[in-house]
Amino acid sequence: MSTSGSENHTNYLNDGYGVKSWLLTTDHKRIAILYMISITLFFMIGGFFALVIRLTLLSPNGTLVSADTYNKMFTMHGVTMIFFFLIPSIPAVLGNFLVPMMIGARDLAFPKLNLLSWYIYVLGGIFTLSAMVLGGVDTGWTFYTPLSSGYSHTNVVPTVIGVFIVGFSSILTGLNFIVTIHKMRAPGLTWFRLPLFIWAHYATSVIQVLGTPVIAVTLALVGFERITGVGIFDPNIGGDPILFQHLFWFYSHPAVYIMVLPSMGIVSEVVTCFSQRKLFGYRQMAFASMAIAVFGFLVWGHHMFVSGQSVYAGMAFSALSFLVAIPSAVKVFNWTATLYKGTIRFNTPMLYAFGFIGLFTIGGLTGIVLATLPVDVHVHDTYFVIAHFHYIMVGGAVMGYMAGLHFWWPKITGKLYPEGLAKFSALTLFVGFNLTFFPQFILGYLGMPRRYHIYPPEFQVLNVLSTAGASILGLGYIIPFFYFMWSLRKGKVAGNNPWNAKGLEWLTTSPPPTFNFDKTPVVTEEAYAYPEEDLVGG
Amino acid sequence: MDNEQLTHETRSFVAHQFDDLEQQKEAGTLGMWAFLATEILFFGGMFMAYLVYRFSYPQVFAAASQYMDVVLGGVNTGVLLVSSLTMALAVHAAQEGNRKQIITFLIITMIFGAIFLVIKGVEYHHKFVEHLVPGYNFQYEGAEPGKSEIYFILYFVMTGFHALHLIIGIVVLTVIAIMTARGRFTKEYYTPVEISGLYWHFIDIVWIFLYPLLYLIHVHK
Repeated sequence: MSTSGSENHTNYLNDGYGVKSWLLTTDHKRIAILYMISITLFFMIGGFFALVIRLTLLSPNGTLVSADTYNKMFTMHGVTMIFFFLIPSIPAVLGNFLVPMMIGARDLAFPKLNLLSWYIYVLGGIFTLSAMVLGGVDTGWTFYTPLSSGYSHTNVVPTVIGVFIVGFSSILTGLNFIVTIHKMRAPGLTWFRLPLFIWAHYATSVIQVLGTPVIAVTLALVGFERITGVGIFDPNIGGDPILFQHLFWFYSHPAVYIMVLPSMGIVSEVVTCFSQRKLFGYRQMAFASMAIAVFGFLVWGHHMFVSGQSVYAGMAFSALSFLVAIPSAVKVFNWTATLYKGTIRFNTPMLYAFGFIGLFTIGGLTGIVLATLPVDVHVHDTYFVIAHFHYIMVGGAVMGYMAGLHFWWPKITGKLYPEGLAKFSALTLFVGFNLTFFPQFILGYLGMPRRYHIYPPEFQVLNVLSTAGASILGLGYIIPFFYFMWSLRKGKVAGNNPWNAKGLEWLTTSPPPTFNFDKTPVVTEEAYAYPEEDLVGG
Repeated sequence: MDNEQLTHETRSFVAHQFDDLEQQKEAGTLGMWAFLATEILFFGGMFMAYLVYRFSYPQVFAAASQYMDVVLGGVNTGVLLVSSLTMALAVHAAQEGNRKQIITFLIITMIFGAIFLVIKGVEYHHKFVEHLVPGYNFQYEGAEPGKSEIYFILYFVMTGFHALHLIIGIVVLTVIAIMTARGRFTKEYYTPVEISGLYWHFIDIVWIFLYPLLYLIHVHK
């Protein structure tokens, strides 16, 4: 294996410079970069909508935008962030880059399909963006019928076409990962030697392949209903709008695990590396990932406790939802146990990983509150729900993405980011996040409903706090954007393994050569084989 | 398969990301099965909707089903089953490395697929003439026109998506036939022929469920 850390070696970045060499590439690493650029763009768009929402909520009268515009803002914030940022974020960027490298493969099983998935993503993005440019959409990201199918006067059709299309990019990514992980592991790399990042992506891919087609066909049916004027969700002819909710949440609840499972994989990599410890309970962690994927498919009805589904269904879904807490808690305990007597280094990825563990725990525990049927009746559709899922999606998924981005940035670019500034921005992000969303738990518990652009004046203090937090949070995202850009030119050369991490991806050069390894690596040890120092009585 | 045993010719079939032909074959096959799992869930959403309404409005569905042309649907079922047979024969020919036979059977399969689509088109036309197209010219004579409309929406959506898959299937087989003509497959390597066959059989199986569910709900008068 080459150990040259010099900048001059041939790598995937200097293997062709033209636009064509990027747009027609089948190299999983270049496709990951294409995805990174695209999802960053959508993150900025979604962030802009969030900014408008928070500015509007500064005052109880909603003076900044009209009620209609506000409806569009939170809808487009949700659609953009969920379908075009969070779901592709870790799998399509870091997963694409790292899955083949971590298993010692030259590429994914189907490189052309991988490129196709990016083009499908772009096509879906164009549809959804044009819907926004043409005047937006106001149904909420959930597209509930009959509002979406009959009553909304906004651009529902292009939006659902966009979401329909982008779903197939997600399916193709998942399919590619499943086949790659099954069939292309390096010699000696058995299932229980795989890094947990791979297990997490395997579990995620199963959800992507089995869940996404259901929302695709459901949204297609909504589109048909809108175009023809009648449809199977149309209550005027005896159709059932609740059926839409069942089909929608059958995908959209597991979709939460598409967002958070890969983050959990990243946290396992980061926590072991920066404490130089073997992972506590490796097999439990692997099985927990799979269990979350499986249970995730059985709990969708907890979104519908007040929608008119039967009480008995509600009770069953409530009980099943509690089950998800078990594998999730196993993970949190095992990460914590891994730290015990470790040599902990507080580098930026580790700070984000700590952020993940803490915030995910809060998000998870409030999830149990919401899964409790009678309590949900009180807090349903309030800011309590908003706060809960932002703790999971931003506090969990995005924190994990940031951890991964910092952790593998030296591998991806060959350059180090500025550590001091990065630590500062990680703390900024953490503080800003909590200031934004913690007040929303209180607001929700006090009864402030979601999706309104006005509210009673007594809620103003907490709303102002939340908006103040959001501006700090925004800063926490902007700083990394600039120092990452800066590091491309001015960053210190990273070398092959700046963190002293285990894992096949660190064996090759940074940035890696086009086919990842000069020679296929042979695996002879477990994952996270960090040197064990005296465990007992030390 | 041992690497040493591979002829130079066979080696050139292996894409850069794979170590050997065996791995490439397995990956292709697993990929297709995973894709079919996706497809099952795609149709599954519609079957779920069908199930819900069939149980909610059993009489209405039975009555509306009388408007289906059982004969044309039955003929189409036969057409698709035969096409599955010829597809299987194409795969068999591929196993034996008989290029000419592969192409012949693929073409026959595609012709049967096209016949199915034509008959389906005739049926759609009848529905159009009888004013049974929901959202366009729906005028239903029987009881419960609204709920019956749901039946017809499901009929058009489910058979429509099935027909779309069949069209894609014909395109895929065309590509496979061209690749066969260009000598891209041998006795040792014909996975694309095989997995296209899997896809074709899947389309067939979907119809095997659609036909009784939509056409044969109730004994016809």
